[in-house]
Amino acid sequence: MSYTSNETMVAVAARALNNHEKVFVGIGLPNLAANLARKLYAPNVILIYEAGVIGAEPLRLPISIGDPCLVTGSLAVCSFHNIFANYLQRGLIDVGFLGGAQIDRFGNLNTTVIGDYYNPKVRLGGSGGGCEIATFAKKIITIIPHNLKHFPAEVDFITSPGFLGGRKERQALKLPGNGPEKVITNLGVMEFDADGEMILTHIHPGVSVEKVKENTGWDLKIASELEETSPPTDEELKVLREELDPDGVYLGRRKD
Amino acid sequence: MEKMERQPGKVMDLYSAVSKFINDGDAIYLAGFTHLIPFGVAHEIIRQGKKDLTLCRATPDLIYDQMIYAGCARKIIFSWSGNPGVGMLRGFRQYVENGQLEIEEYTHFGLATRLLAGAHGMNFYPLNSIHGSDLPKYNTLIKTIKCPYSGDDVTVVPALNPDVGVVHAQRADREGNVHLWGIVGEQQEVAFASKKLIVTVEEIVDESVIRSDPSRTFIPGFLVDAVVELPWGAHPSYAQGYYDRDNAFYIEWDSITKDEADVKVWLDEWVFGLEGRNEYVKKLGSEKILKLLPKNMFSYPVNYGIYL
Repeated sequence: MSYTSNETMVAVAARALNNHEKVFVGIGLPNLAANLARKLYAPNVILIYEAGVIGAEPLRLPISIGDPCLVTGSLAVCSFHNIFANYLQRGLIDVGFLGGAQIDRFGNLNTTVIGDYYNPKVRLGGSGGGCEIATFAKKIITIIPHNLKHFPAEVDFITSPGFLGGRKERQALKLPGNGPEKVITNLGVMEFDADGEMILTHIHPGVSVEKVKENTGWDLKIASELEETSPPTDEELKVLREELDPDGVYLGRRKD
Repeated sequence: MEKMERQPGKVMDLYSAVSKFINDGDAIYLAGFTHLIPFGVAHEIIRQGKKDLTLCRATPDLIYDQMIYAGCARKIIFSWSGNPGVGMLRGFRQYVENGQLEIEEYTHFGLATRLLAGAHGMNFYPLNSIHGSDLPKYNTLIKTIKCPYSGDDVTVVPALNPDVGVVHAQRADREGNVHLWGIVGEQQEVAFASKKLIVTVEEIVDESVIRSDPSRTFIPGFLVDAVVELPWGAHPSYAQGYYDRDNAFYIEWDSITKDEADVKVWLDEWVFGLEGRNEYVKKLGSEKILKLLPKNMFSYPVNYGIYL
């Protein structure tokens, strides 16, 4: 079966989740990834939404983070403060998903502003819960398009801390979570080395290393044993297309 | 001592509640995280031409975008600005990029912590976040103190005590004892933190309904200054069990706001051109309304017991 790059990203993210993990989920691709994992690889995964919904099992695709379909039939609902204090700050969240307008080599994310804060070229949404997810979740998976705009040499603003200037800097600040673990793009998958710098570990089928480097705003490190991503399986694609996103809202136009 | 009669309820109409309690220059918090956003009150604020308001909300959402376009806002205190599920909030973005709107920015947890401190009657509260971001460089109200126990640095934010809080809920009695369910957001903190509180509800119910399920009472009536019965008062956001979120309108707002002239037309048609929420609901039309009604899903009843 042919597939889109969004389907590849979702499948790769789903495979990164372990059974029984408590996953802080956003809308869009992370939501699809977490639900795909729940259906195939991690049936006991607990989905926790920023709006304060725990153990959601929605009957339709949620369009907003606070969709009423997340509440009906969920395990619990808590307040806005509690979701950040009792769940994230308390250290109960295993995996957090993030995205952003810019990411740098240390996995720091900008969702606040392009240009100067006081004289913005583009004013973006801001942190929301992004800074807290980045600070507290035990591991962070980032899903982001791979191009020079999204992968600049330096981010204009650190909204959600990755390793800041390197693993030691994050440790010095005593941020409780372990920081970024995987960056999944339409071209490949990156992890972080001992210094906290991004390193390309997987390229998607049909993508060259050259293409990844051309679309990265710094001299990206390449793993010595670079692997090719296993493409989405027929089973993954079937669940995504028939059950999770039948209208193709997030997965985009299909090629077949 | 003279015998005293119990005071009558606090039920008011929408116009009176807004004109009596919201003044130009106030800091107000129209609560609700995606759910139960009090659009009915916002539209009344716009109709009454309130000005120089400091609009506080974690997510400004369409509600503050409309108030920004209508000229009500001087400043926004917020933590994430966007059109949830759709994209950006064009009014907010344009006014900020043009320097026409003052902002004071937090993370979600930072703003939630400000409210909690306000609700608890404290001057400030600590949280173990924000210090990894660049925000403290640009918002000097976010400060660092030494933890007196560990000696570590800890981030603190000041209490937020809005002049007026507004909460929309499913039901309340005439005294303002509020039953609210579904996503509970920051409504309770807003209720306790605010100096004045307006509550609008889908339906006003008898006190006996509230007393039948006191664990669901979210706000005690004595905190409430005005109770307004306002069916569909949260549309285009939603009220769990009453109506769905009007996602189509959230998408439509994105195209309306591509041209400020279209926003003016929309405001004239849907806010200034209508007397209140009843006319708004009539204008929505039965087809739209039927489309947004969910099927019922009642919870299993709980037994409180009778203790004699």
